[in-house]
Amino acid sequence: MSQLDELYQEVILDHNRSPRNYRAMANANRKAQGYNPLCGDQVTVYVDLKEGVIKDISFQGSGCAISKASASMMTAELKGKTEAEAKELFDNVHKMLTGEPNKDGPPDKREVGKLAILSGVCKFPARVKCASLAWHTVNSALKGGAGVTSTE
Amino acid sequence: MKVAHEIATPGRLIETLDISKIRADFPILKQKVHDKPLVYLDNGATSQKPQSVIDALNRYYSTENSNIHRGVHYLSERATAAYEAARQKIKSFVNARSEREIIFVRGTTEAINLVAQSYGRTFLKKGDEIIISAMEHHSNIVPWQMLCEQTGACLRVIPINHDGELVLDEYRRLLGEKTKLVSVTHVSNALGTIAPVKDIVRLAHARNVPVLLDGAQAIPHLKVDVQELGCDFYAFSGHKLFGPTGVGILYGRTELLDAMPPYQGGGDMISLVTFEKTHYNVLPYKFEAGTPHIAGGIGLAAAIDYLATLDWKQVMAHEHDLLAYATSALSSIDGLRIIGTAKEKVGVMSFVFDHVHAHDVGTILDQEGVAVRAGHHCAMPVMQRFGVPATTRASFALYNTRAEIDALVRGIHRALKVFK
Repeated sequence: MSQLDELYQEVILDHNRSPRNYRAMANANRKAQGYNPLCGDQVTVYVDLKEGVIKDISFQGSGCAISKASASMMTAELKGKTEAEAKELFDNVHKMLTGEPNKDGPPDKREVGKLAILSGVCKFPARVKCASLAWHTVNSALKGGAGVTSTE
Repeated sequence: MKVAHEIATPGRLIETLDISKIRADFPILKQKVHDKPLVYLDNGATSQKPQSVIDALNRYYSTENSNIHRGVHYLSERATAAYEAARQKIKSFVNARSEREIIFVRGTTEAINLVAQSYGRTFLKKGDEIIISAMEHHSNIVPWQMLCEQTGACLRVIPINHDGELVLDEYRRLLGEKTKLVSVTHVSNALGTIAPVKDIVRLAHARNVPVLLDGAQAIPHLKVDVQELGCDFYAFSGHKLFGPTGVGILYGRTELLDAMPPYQGGGDMISLVTFEKTHYNVLPYKFEAGTPHIAGGIGLAAAIDYLATLDWKQVMAHEHDLLAYATSALSSIDGLRIIGTAKEKVGVMSFVFDHVHAHDVGTILDQEGVAVRAGHHCAMPVMQRFGVPATTRASFALYNTRAEIDALVRGIHRALKVFK
Protein backbone atom coordinates (compact mmCIF):
# COMPACT_ATOMS: atom_id res chain seq x y z
CA MET A 1 0.00 0.00 0.00
CA SER A 2 1.40 3.39 -0.94
CA GLN A 3 1.82 6.03 1.75
CA LEU A 4 -1.06 7.92 0.21
CA ASP A 5 -3.38 4.89 0.24
CA GLU A 6 -2.37 4.31 3.83
CA LEU A 7 -3.33 7.89 4.68
CA TYR A 8 -6.63 7.95 2.84
CA GLN A 9 -8.02 4.53 3.71
CA GLU A 10 -11.66 3.82 2.94
CA VAL A 11 -12.64 4.03 6.62
CA ILE A 12 -11.17 7.53 6.83
CA LEU A 13 -12.88 8.61 3.63
CA ASP A 14 -16.15 7.24 4.98
CA HIS A 15 -15.86 9.19 8.24
CA ASN A 16 -15.07 12.28 6.17
CA ARG A 17 -18.14 11.78 3.97
CA SER A 18 -20.49 11.00 6.83
CA PRO A 19 -18.95 12.09 10.12
CA ARG A 20 -20.44 10.47 13.23
CA ASN A 21 -21.75 12.55 16.13
CA TYR A 22 -21.57 15.68 13.97
CA ARG A 23 -23.92 18.00 15.84
CA ALA A 24 -24.05 20.71 18.45
CA MET A 25 -25.09 19.53 21.92
CA ALA A 26 -27.38 21.82 23.91
CA ASN A 27 -26.89 20.02 27.23
CA ALA A 28 -23.12 19.68 27.02
CA ASN A 29 -21.42 20.47 30.33
CA ARG A 30 -17.97 20.55 28.74
CA LYS A 31 -17.17 22.34 25.52
CA ALA A 32 -14.01 23.59 23.84
CA GLN A 33 -13.00 25.11 20.54
CA GLY A 34 -9.91 24.03 18.69
CA TYR A 35 -8.18 25.93 15.97
CA ASN A 36 -5.21 25.30 13.72
CA PRO A 37 -3.96 28.76 12.72
CA LEU A 38 -1.68 27.34 10.03
CA CYS A 39 -4.52 26.07 7.88
CA GLY A 40 -7.72 27.45 9.35
CA ASP A 41 -9.13 24.08 10.50
CA GLN A 42 -11.55 24.62 13.37
CA VAL A 43 -13.52 22.28 15.56
CA THR A 44 -15.90 22.55 18.52
CA VAL A 45 -16.13 19.51 20.77
CA TYR A 46 -19.13 19.01 23.09
CA VAL A 47 -19.08 16.59 26.01
CA ASP A 48 -21.78 15.49 28.43
CA LEU A 49 -19.70 14.30 31.38
CA LYS A 50 -21.54 12.56 34.24
CA GLU A 51 -19.68 11.20 37.28
CA GLY A 52 -16.45 11.02 35.40
CA VAL A 53 -17.92 9.16 32.42
CA ILE A 54 -18.37 10.57 28.92
CA LYS A 55 -22.10 9.96 28.46
CA ASP A 56 -22.24 11.76 25.13
CA ILE A 57 -19.77 13.51 22.88
CA SER A 58 -20.17 15.38 19.58
CA PHE A 59 -18.36 17.85 17.37
CA GLN A 60 -18.80 20.44 14.65
CA GLY A 61 -16.35 22.34 12.53
CA SER A 62 -14.62 22.70 9.22
CA GLY A 63 -11.44 21.08 8.10
CA CYS A 64 -9.75 18.61 5.83
CA ALA A 65 -10.63 14.92 5.53
CA ILE A 66 -8.00 13.94 8.08
CA SER A 67 -9.18 16.37 10.75
CA LYS A 68 -12.85 15.57 10.18
CA ALA A 69 -12.33 11.79 10.13
CA SER A 70 -10.11 11.94 13.20
CA ALA A 71 -12.71 13.95 15.12
CA SER A 72 -15.49 11.60 14.00
CA MET A 73 -13.59 8.46 15.03
CA MET A 74 -12.58 10.09 18.28
CA THR A 75 -16.19 10.75 19.29
CA ALA A 76 -17.17 7.17 18.41
CA GLU A 77 -14.28 5.83 20.47
CA LEU A 78 -14.65 8.07 23.53
CA LYS A 79 -18.37 7.62 24.15
CA GLY A 80 -18.83 5.65 27.39
CA LYS A 81 -15.20 5.99 28.47
CA THR A 82 -14.08 7.44 31.79
CA GLU A 83 -12.01 10.59 31.94
CA ALA A 84 -8.94 8.55 32.88
CA GLU A 85 -9.47 6.16 29.96
CA ALA A 86 -9.90 9.12 27.62
CA LYS A 87 -6.67 10.67 28.84
CA GLU A 88 -4.80 7.41 28.31
CA LEU A 89 -6.20 7.08 24.81
CA PHE A 90 -5.25 10.69 24.07
CA ASP A 91 -1.66 9.96 25.08
CA ASN A 92 -1.48 6.81 22.97
CA VAL A 93 -3.08 8.43 19.91
CA HIS A 94 -0.74 11.37 20.24
CA LYS A 95 2.26 9.04 20.31
CA MET A 96 0.95 7.14 17.31
CA LEU A 97 0.37 10.33 15.29
CA THR A 98 3.74 11.83 16.06
CA GLY A 99 5.51 8.51 15.56
CA GLU A 100 6.90 8.69 19.09
CA PRO A 101 7.60 5.15 20.33
CA ASN A 102 6.36 3.92 23.69
CA LYS A 103 8.87 2.55 26.15
CA ASP A 104 7.86 -0.89 24.84
CA GLY A 105 8.01 0.17 21.19
CA PRO A 106 5.36 1.80 19.02
CA PRO A 107 1.79 1.69 20.32
CA ASP A 108 0.02 -1.37 19.01
CA LYS A 109 -3.58 -1.82 18.08
CA ARG A 110 -4.68 -2.84 21.56
CA GLU A 111 -3.71 0.57 22.86
CA VAL A 112 -5.52 2.68 20.26
CA GLY A 113 -8.19 0.29 18.98
CA LYS A 114 -9.85 1.26 15.71
CA LEU A 115 -7.89 4.50 15.71
CA ALA A 116 -4.85 2.58 14.46
CA ILE A 117 -6.25 3.33 11.01
CA LEU A 118 -4.89 6.87 11.50
CA SER A 119 -1.32 5.63 11.97
CA GLY A 120 -0.47 6.52 8.35
CA VAL A 121 -0.60 10.18 9.34
CA CYS A 122 2.78 10.05 11.08
CA LYS A 123 4.43 9.74 7.67
CA PHE A 124 2.97 13.13 6.73
CA PRO A 125 4.41 15.58 9.27
CA ALA A 126 2.42 18.47 7.81
CA ARG A 127 -0.82 16.62 8.58
CA VAL A 128 -0.19 15.50 12.17
CA LYS A 129 -1.81 18.67 13.48
CA CYS A 130 -4.91 18.03 11.39
CA ALA A 131 -5.35 14.62 13.01
CA SER A 132 -4.55 15.74 16.53
CA LEU A 133 -6.67 18.92 16.61
CA ALA A 134 -9.87 17.23 17.88
CA TRP A 135 -7.88 15.33 20.51
CA HIS A 136 -6.22 18.46 21.87
CA THR A 137 -9.63 20.07 21.92
CA VAL A 138 -11.37 17.28 23.84
CA ASN A 139 -8.46 17.24 26.24
CA SER A 140 -8.99 20.89 26.99
CA ALA A 141 -12.79 20.41 27.20
CA LEU A 142 -12.32 17.67 29.82
CA LYS A 143 -9.97 19.90 31.78
CA GLY A 144 -12.81 22.41 31.84
CA GLY A 145 -10.87 24.97 29.81
CA ALA A 146 -13.20 27.49 28.21
CA GLY A 147 -10.68 29.08 25.88
CA VAL A 148 -9.68 28.25 22.34
CA THR A 149 -7.20 25.42 21.93
CA SER A 150 -4.57 26.04 19.32
CA THR A 151 -2.28 23.52 17.69
CA GLU A 152 0.49 26.11 17.77
CA MET B 1 12.00 24.02 -25.02
CA LYS B 2 10.36 26.97 -26.72
CA VAL B 3 7.05 28.12 -25.38
CA ALA B 4 4.15 28.55 -27.72
CA HIS B 5 3.62 32.18 -26.95
CA GLU B 6 5.42 34.19 -29.56
CA ILE B 7 5.09 37.85 -30.20
CA ALA B 8 5.25 39.10 -33.73
CA THR B 9 6.74 42.52 -34.35
CA PRO B 10 7.05 44.20 -37.72
CA GLY B 11 9.81 42.62 -39.75
CA ARG B 12 10.86 39.91 -37.32
CA LEU B 13 9.75 37.42 -34.75
CA ILE B 14 11.03 38.14 -31.27
CA GLU B 15 12.77 35.12 -29.80
CA THR B 16 10.77 33.56 -26.99
CA LEU B 17 12.30 32.66 -23.65
CA ASP B 18 14.50 29.61 -23.66
CA ILE B 19 12.89 28.00 -20.64
CA SER B 20 15.13 24.94 -20.54
CA LYS B 21 18.14 27.25 -20.32
CA ILE B 22 16.50 29.26 -17.54
CA ARG B 23 15.59 26.08 -15.66
CA ALA B 24 19.19 24.93 -15.84
CA ASP B 25 20.14 28.10 -13.93
CA PHE B 26 18.07 26.97 -10.91
CA PRO B 27 19.79 23.91 -9.40
CA ILE B 28 16.92 23.00 -7.05
CA LEU B 29 14.58 22.39 -9.97
CA LYS B 30 16.60 19.34 -11.03
CA GLN B 31 15.66 17.27 -8.02
CA LYS B 32 13.04 14.60 -7.56
CA VAL B 33 10.44 14.64 -4.81
CA HIS B 34 8.76 11.33 -3.86
CA ASP B 35 10.46 9.86 -6.95
CA LYS B 36 8.76 12.39 -9.23
CA PRO B 37 10.35 15.42 -10.88
CA LEU B 38 9.84 18.46 -8.65
CA VAL B 39 7.12 20.74 -9.99
CA TYR B 40 7.53 23.88 -7.94
CA LEU B 41 4.33 25.92 -8.02
CA ASP B 42 4.65 27.67 -4.66
CA ASN B 43 6.42 30.77 -5.91
CA GLY B 44 3.98 33.05 -4.13
CA ALA B 45 5.43 31.74 -0.87
CA THR B 46 9.01 32.01 -2.01
CA SER B 47 10.87 31.72 -5.29
CA GLN B 48 13.83 29.48 -6.06
CA LYS B 49 17.32 30.91 -6.46
CA PRO B 50 19.53 30.88 -9.55
CA GLN B 51 23.07 29.56 -9.21
CA SER B 52 24.42 33.10 -9.61
CA VAL B 53 22.66 34.18 -6.39
CA ILE B 54 23.92 31.12 -4.51
CA ASP B 55 27.42 31.86 -5.87
CA ALA B 56 27.22 35.50 -4.78
CA LEU B 57 26.42 34.46 -1.19
CA ASN B 58 29.21 31.92 -1.28
CA ARG B 59 31.67 34.42 -2.72
CA TYR B 60 30.77 37.05 -0.14
CA TYR B 61 31.29 34.71 2.80
CA SER B 62 34.38 33.12 1.21
CA THR B 63 36.20 36.27 0.19
CA GLU B 64 34.59 39.50 1.43
CA ASN B 65 32.92 38.82 4.77
CA SER B 66 33.44 41.76 7.07
CA ASN B 67 31.35 44.37 8.82
CA ILE B 68 30.37 47.41 6.81
CA HIS B 69 30.59 51.18 7.37
CA ARG B 70 33.11 50.89 10.20
CA GLY B 71 36.31 49.12 9.31
CA VAL B 72 39.38 50.81 7.95
CA HIS B 73 40.70 47.52 6.69
CA TYR B 74 40.62 46.02 3.23
CA LEU B 75 37.82 43.50 3.73
CA SER B 76 35.52 46.02 5.38
CA GLU B 77 36.02 48.41 2.49
CA ARG B 78 35.24 45.68 0.00
CA ALA B 79 32.12 44.54 1.90
CA THR B 80 30.93 48.14 2.24
CA ALA B 81 31.47 48.77 -1.46
CA ALA B 82 29.62 45.59 -2.43
CA TYR B 83 26.71 46.38 -0.09
CA GLU B 84 26.39 49.96 -1.31
CA ALA B 85 26.71 48.82 -4.93
CA ALA B 86 23.77 46.51 -4.21
CA ARG B 87 21.77 49.49 -2.97
CA GLN B 88 22.58 51.38 -6.18
CA LYS B 89 21.47 48.42 -8.27
CA ILE B 90 18.18 48.16 -6.38
CA LYS B 91 17.68 51.92 -6.74
CA SER B 92 17.99 51.58 -10.53
CA PHE B 93 15.84 48.44 -10.58
CA VAL B 94 12.83 50.27 -9.09
CA ASN B 95 13.86 53.64 -10.56
CA ALA B 96 14.08 55.56 -7.29
CA ARG B 97 15.45 59.11 -7.53
CA SER B 98 18.26 58.46 -5.10
CA GLU B 99 19.89 55.59 -3.22
CA ARG B 100 18.95 57.51 -0.06
CA GLU B 101 15.40 56.33 -0.71
CA ILE B 102 16.36 52.64 -0.58
CA ILE B 103 16.21 51.26 2.97
CA PHE B 104 17.39 47.71 3.59
CA VAL B 105 14.99 45.82 5.86
CA ARG B 106 14.30 42.15 6.66
CA GLY B 107 11.40 41.91 4.26
CA THR B 108 8.06 43.38 3.26
CA THR B 109 6.65 42.82 6.74
CA GLU B 110 9.38 44.84 8.41
CA ALA B 111 9.08 47.58 5.78
CA ILE B 112 5.36 48.01 6.52
CA ASN B 113 5.95 47.90 10.28
CA LEU B 114 8.64 50.55 9.86
CA VAL B 115 6.23 52.92 8.13
CA ALA B 116 3.41 52.16 10.58
CA GLN B 117 5.56 52.79 13.62
CA SER B 118 7.75 55.63 12.37
CA TYR B 119 5.45 57.57 10.03
CA GLY B 120 2.20 56.41 11.61
CA ARG B 121 2.97 57.15 15.25
CA THR B 122 4.41 60.54 14.32
CA PHE B 123 1.71 61.82 12.00
CA LEU B 124 -1.51 59.99 12.92
CA LYS B 125 -3.78 60.75 15.84
CA LYS B 126 -7.14 59.76 17.29
CA GLY B 127 -9.94 59.88 14.74
CA ASP B 128 -7.64 59.69 11.69
CA GLU B 129 -8.30 56.96 9.16
CA ILE B 130 -6.05 54.50 7.35
CA ILE B 131 -7.38 52.84 4.21
CA ILE B 132 -6.39 49.30 3.28
CA SER B 133 -8.17 46.79 1.02
CA ALA B 134 -10.07 43.56 1.52
CA MET B 135 -7.36 41.57 -0.24
CA GLU B 136 -4.42 42.37 2.01
CA HIS B 137 -1.95 39.88 3.41
CA HIS B 138 -1.96 39.88 7.22
CA SER B 139 1.30 41.84 7.09
CA ASN B 140 -0.58 44.79 5.61
CA ILE B 141 -3.40 44.54 8.15
CA VAL B 142 -1.91 43.80 11.55
CA PRO B 143 0.74 46.59 11.65
CA TRP B 144 -2.06 49.11 11.01
CA GLN B 145 -4.31 47.55 13.65
CA MET B 146 -1.44 47.89 16.12
CA LEU B 147 -1.00 51.52 15.08
CA CYS B 148 -4.74 52.11 15.52
CA GLU B 149 -4.56 50.72 19.04
CA GLN B 150 -1.61 52.98 19.81
CA THR B 151 -3.02 56.19 18.31
CA GLY B 152 -6.80 55.83 18.28
CA ALA B 153 -6.83 56.01 14.48
CA CYS B 154 -9.16 53.60 12.68
CA LEU B 155 -8.96 51.27 9.74
CA ARG B 156 -11.21 51.50 6.66
CA VAL B 157 -11.33 48.70 4.10
CA ILE B 158 -11.88 48.96 0.33
CA PRO B 159 -14.16 46.03 -0.59
CA ILE B 160 -13.53 43.62 -3.47
CA ASN B 161 -16.08 42.25 -5.91
CA HIS B 162 -16.76 38.61 -6.66
CA ASP B 163 -13.90 38.42 -9.15
CA GLY B 164 -11.51 39.68 -6.49
CA GLU B 165 -11.15 43.19 -7.92
CA LEU B 166 -11.03 46.34 -5.81
CA VAL B 167 -14.21 48.41 -5.98
CA LEU B 168 -12.78 51.83 -6.86
CA ASP B 169 -16.09 53.65 -6.33
CA GLU B 170 -16.07 52.47 -2.73
CA TYR B 171 -12.48 53.68 -2.39
CA ARG B 172 -13.57 57.12 -3.63
CA ARG B 173 -16.28 57.13 -0.97
CA LEU B 174 -13.87 56.08 1.78
CA LEU B 175 -11.31 58.76 0.95
CA GLY B 176 -12.14 61.80 3.02
CA GLU B 177 -10.98 64.52 5.35
CA LYS B 178 -9.99 61.96 7.97
CA THR B 179 -7.90 59.80 5.63
CA LYS B 180 -4.24 60.15 6.57
CA LEU B 181 -2.69 57.12 4.87
CA VAL B 182 -3.52 54.54 2.20
CA SER B 183 -1.74 51.18 2.25
CA VAL B 184 -2.75 48.61 -0.36
CA THR B 185 -1.24 45.62 -2.02
CA HIS B 186 0.01 45.95 -5.59
CA VAL B 187 -0.82 42.29 -6.29
CA SER B 188 -2.94 40.01 -4.09
CA ASN B 189 -1.07 36.94 -2.84
CA ALA B 190 -4.22 34.83 -2.50
CA LEU B 191 -6.03 35.90 -5.68
CA GLY B 192 -3.35 37.18 -8.05
CA THR B 193 -5.33 40.38 -8.68
CA ILE B 194 -3.29 43.35 -9.89
CA ALA B 195 -4.73 46.37 -8.08
CA PRO B 196 -5.32 49.63 -10.01
CA VAL B 197 -2.54 51.26 -8.03
CA LYS B 198 -2.05 54.27 -10.28
CA ASP B 199 -5.69 55.27 -9.76
CA ILE B 200 -5.35 54.60 -6.05
CA VAL B 201 -2.29 56.86 -5.82
CA ARG B 202 -3.84 59.59 -8.00
CA LEU B 203 -7.03 59.76 -5.94
CA ALA B 204 -5.12 59.78 -2.64
CA HIS B 205 -2.67 62.43 -3.79
CA ALA B 206 -5.55 64.66 -4.84
CA ARG B 207 -6.20 64.85 -1.08
CA ASN B 208 -2.50 64.98 -0.13
CA VAL B 209 -2.71 61.50 1.38
CA PRO B 210 0.47 59.39 1.09
CA VAL B 211 0.26 55.85 -0.30
CA LEU B 212 2.23 52.73 0.60
CA LEU B 213 2.18 49.85 -1.88
CA ASP B 214 2.87 46.30 -0.69
CA GLY B 215 4.88 44.99 -3.62
CA ALA B 216 5.79 41.55 -2.27
CA GLN B 217 3.81 39.69 -4.94
CA ALA B 218 4.17 42.28 -7.70
CA ILE B 219 7.94 42.60 -7.83
CA PRO B 220 8.68 39.17 -9.41
CA HIS B 221 6.02 39.62 -12.09
CA LEU B 222 5.68 43.29 -13.03
CA LYS B 223 8.09 46.01 -14.05
CA VAL B 224 8.02 48.27 -11.01
CA ASP B 225 8.93 51.94 -11.49
CA VAL B 226 8.23 53.82 -8.26
CA GLN B 227 8.30 57.21 -9.97
CA GLU B 228 5.82 56.11 -12.60
CA LEU B 229 3.59 54.56 -9.93
CA GLY B 230 3.89 57.78 -7.97
CA CYS B 231 3.63 55.98 -4.63
CA ASP B 232 5.22 57.36 -1.48
CA PHE B 233 6.38 54.02 -0.09
CA TYR B 234 6.98 50.69 -1.84
CA ALA B 235 7.79 47.54 0.13
CA PHE B 236 9.10 44.21 -1.17
CA SER B 237 11.03 41.09 -0.17
CA GLY B 238 14.20 39.73 -1.75
CA HIS B 239 13.22 36.09 -1.48
CA LYS B 240 10.20 36.41 -3.75
CA LEU B 241 12.46 38.00 -6.37
CA PHE B 242 14.82 35.00 -6.65
CA GLY B 243 17.06 36.50 -3.94
CA PRO B 244 17.84 35.39 -0.37
CA THR B 245 15.41 35.33 2.55
CA GLY B 246 15.83 37.84 5.34
CA VAL B 247 16.38 40.88 3.16
CA GLY B 248 13.86 43.29 1.73
CA ILE B 249 13.48 46.88 0.65
CA LEU B 250 11.50 49.86 1.76
CA TYR B 251 11.48 52.57 -0.86
CA GLY B 252 10.33 55.91 0.52
CA ARG B 253 10.25 59.42 -0.89
CA THR B 254 13.07 61.48 0.61
CA GLU B 255 10.77 64.21 1.95
CA LEU B 256 8.76 61.68 3.93
CA LEU B 257 11.74 59.66 5.14
CA ASP B 258 13.48 62.86 6.26
CA ALA B 259 10.46 63.83 8.34
CA MET B 260 10.22 60.43 10.01
CA PRO B 261 12.00 59.47 13.24
CA PRO B 262 14.18 56.32 13.33
CA TYR B 263 12.40 52.99 13.64
CA GLN B 264 15.02 51.23 15.74
CA GLY B 265 17.95 52.60 17.69
CA GLY B 266 21.45 51.20 17.65
CA GLY B 267 24.69 51.28 15.78
CA ASP B 268 25.05 52.65 12.24
CA MET B 269 21.93 54.84 12.54
CA ILE B 270 23.69 57.56 14.52
CA SER B 271 26.21 60.27 13.75
CA LEU B 272 27.04 61.23 17.33
CA VAL B 273 26.08 59.68 20.65
CA THR B 274 26.54 61.22 24.07
CA PHE B 275 24.55 60.37 27.17
CA GLU B 276 22.79 63.73 26.81
CA LYS B 277 21.79 63.53 23.17
CA THR B 278 22.13 61.42 20.07
CA HIS B 279 22.30 62.81 16.55
CA TYR B 280 20.82 60.53 13.94
CA ASN B 281 22.59 59.54 10.78
CA VAL B 282 21.45 60.68 7.35
CA LEU B 283 19.27 58.66 4.99
CA PRO B 284 19.18 55.79 4.38
CA TYR B 285 21.30 54.82 7.44
CA LYS B 286 18.91 56.49 9.89
CA PHE B 287 16.62 53.50 9.39
CA GLU B 288 19.30 50.81 9.38
CA ALA B 289 20.26 50.17 12.98
CA GLY B 290 22.63 47.30 13.65
CA THR B 291 24.63 45.08 11.35
CA PRO B 292 22.37 44.34 8.39
CA HIS B 293 22.01 41.19 6.30
CA ILE B 294 25.04 42.15 4.19
CA ALA B 295 25.17 38.90 2.23
CA GLY B 296 21.42 39.18 1.67
CA GLY B 297 21.71 42.62 0.11
CA ILE B 298 24.53 41.42 -2.15
CA GLY B 299 22.52 38.30 -3.04
CA LEU B 300 19.50 40.42 -3.91
CA ALA B 301 21.64 42.50 -6.25
CA ALA B 302 22.83 39.26 -7.87
CA ALA B 303 19.18 38.29 -8.42
CA ILE B 304 18.56 41.62 -10.11
CA ASP B 305 21.65 41.04 -12.27
CA TYR B 306 20.23 37.66 -13.21
CA LEU B 307 16.89 39.16 -14.22
CA ALA B 308 18.73 41.74 -16.30
CA THR B 309 19.98 38.91 -18.53
CA LEU B 310 16.37 38.13 -19.47
CA ASP B 311 14.07 40.08 -21.74
CA TRP B 312 11.34 41.35 -19.43
CA LYS B 313 8.74 41.51 -22.22
CA GLN B 314 9.38 37.85 -22.97
CA VAL B 315 9.16 36.97 -19.28
CA MET B 316 5.82 38.71 -18.96
CA ALA B 317 4.53 37.10 -22.15
CA HIS B 318 5.61 33.68 -20.90
CA GLU B 319 3.95 34.18 -17.51
CA HIS B 320 0.81 35.40 -19.23
CA ASP B 321 0.81 32.28 -21.36
CA LEU B 322 1.16 30.08 -18.23
CA LEU B 323 -1.76 31.86 -16.56
CA ALA B 324 -3.98 31.55 -19.65
CA TYR B 325 -3.05 27.89 -20.08
CA ALA B 326 -3.64 27.09 -16.39
CA THR B 327 -6.93 29.00 -16.30
CA SER B 328 -8.20 27.03 -19.26
CA ALA B 329 -6.90 23.68 -17.94
CA LEU B 330 -8.28 24.12 -14.43
CA SER B 331 -11.61 25.49 -15.64
CA SER B 332 -12.24 22.23 -17.46
CA ILE B 333 -12.02 20.18 -14.22
CA ASP B 334 -15.47 19.23 -12.91
CA GLY B 335 -16.37 20.83 -9.59
CA LEU B 336 -13.28 23.06 -9.46
CA ARG B 337 -13.99 26.68 -8.57
CA ILE B 338 -11.32 29.29 -9.23
CA ILE B 339 -11.11 31.93 -6.49
CA GLY B 340 -9.82 35.16 -8.01
CA THR B 341 -10.91 35.82 -11.56
CA ALA B 342 -9.84 39.43 -11.97
CA LYS B 343 -9.26 40.71 -15.49
CA GLU B 344 -5.82 41.95 -14.46
CA LYS B 345 -3.98 39.06 -12.82
CA VAL B 346 -0.54 37.57 -12.35
CA GLY B 347 0.15 33.82 -12.44
CA VAL B 348 -1.72 32.75 -9.32
CA MET B 349 -4.41 30.04 -9.40
CA SER B 350 -6.37 29.70 -6.16
CA PHE B 351 -9.06 27.05 -6.30
CA VAL B 352 -11.47 25.01 -4.19
CA PHE B 353 -13.73 21.98 -4.43
CA ASP B 354 -16.98 21.58 -2.52
CA HIS B 355 -16.14 18.08 -1.35
CA VAL B 356 -12.33 18.01 -1.20
CA HIS B 357 -10.45 20.21 1.26
CA ALA B 358 -7.44 22.21 0.10
CA HIS B 359 -5.13 20.36 2.51
CA ASP B 360 -6.02 16.98 1.11
CA VAL B 361 -5.45 18.27 -2.41
CA GLY B 362 -2.09 19.69 -1.27
CA THR B 363 -0.94 16.40 0.26
CA ILE B 364 -1.92 14.38 -2.80
CA LEU B 365 -0.24 16.85 -5.16
CA ASP B 366 2.90 16.66 -3.03
CA GLN B 367 2.99 12.90 -3.54
CA GLU B 368 3.05 13.66 -7.28
CA GLY B 369 6.02 15.99 -6.78
CA VAL B 370 3.85 19.09 -7.20
CA ALA B 371 4.49 21.77 -4.55
CA VAL B 372 1.56 24.09 -3.93
CA ARG B 373 0.29 26.03 -0.94
CA ALA B 374 -2.88 24.97 0.84
CA GLY B 375 -4.47 27.11 3.50
CA HIS B 376 -5.57 30.67 4.07
CA HIS B 377 -2.39 32.23 2.61
CA CYS B 378 -2.12 34.66 5.54
CA ALA B 379 -5.15 36.40 4.07
CA MET B 380 -8.00 35.16 6.26
CA PRO B 381 -10.29 38.11 5.39
CA VAL B 382 -10.01 37.10 1.72
CA MET B 383 -11.09 33.56 2.62
CA GLN B 384 -14.02 34.97 4.62
CA ARG B 385 -15.01 37.17 1.68
CA PHE B 386 -15.31 34.12 -0.57
CA GLY B 387 -16.85 31.93 2.13
CA VAL B 388 -14.12 29.27 2.01
CA PRO B 389 -11.91 28.07 4.88
CA ALA B 390 -8.89 27.60 2.64
CA THR B 391 -7.83 27.31 -0.98
CA THR B 392 -5.19 25.38 -2.87
CA ARG B 393 -2.89 27.86 -4.58
CA ALA B 394 -0.56 27.24 -7.50
CA SER B 395 1.65 30.27 -8.16
CA PHE B 396 3.93 30.46 -11.16
CA ALA B 397 7.36 31.93 -11.80
CA LEU B 398 9.29 32.55 -14.98
CA TYR B 399 10.87 29.06 -14.90
CA ASN B 400 7.57 27.16 -14.90
CA THR B 401 6.27 25.39 -18.00
CA ARG B 402 3.03 24.23 -19.54
CA ALA B 403 4.16 20.65 -18.87
CA GLU B 404 4.24 21.48 -15.15
CA ILE B 405 0.68 22.74 -15.32
CA ASP B 406 -0.22 19.44 -16.98
CA ALA B 407 1.36 17.68 -13.97
CA LEU B 408 -0.73 19.86 -11.66
CA VAL B 409 -3.89 18.88 -13.53
CA ARG B 410 -2.95 15.16 -13.38
CA GLY B 411 -2.38 15.52 -9.63
CA ILE B 412 -5.76 17.19 -9.15
CA HIS B 413 -7.42 14.32 -11.03
CA ARG B 414 -5.68 11.87 -8.72
CA ALA B 415 -7.04 13.76 -5.70
CA LEU B 416 -10.52 13.64 -7.19
CA LYS B 417 -10.16 9.91 -7.70
CA VAL B 418 -9.27 9.40 -4.02
CA PHE B 419 -12.32 11.47 -3.00
CA LYS B 420 -14.68 10.18 -5.71
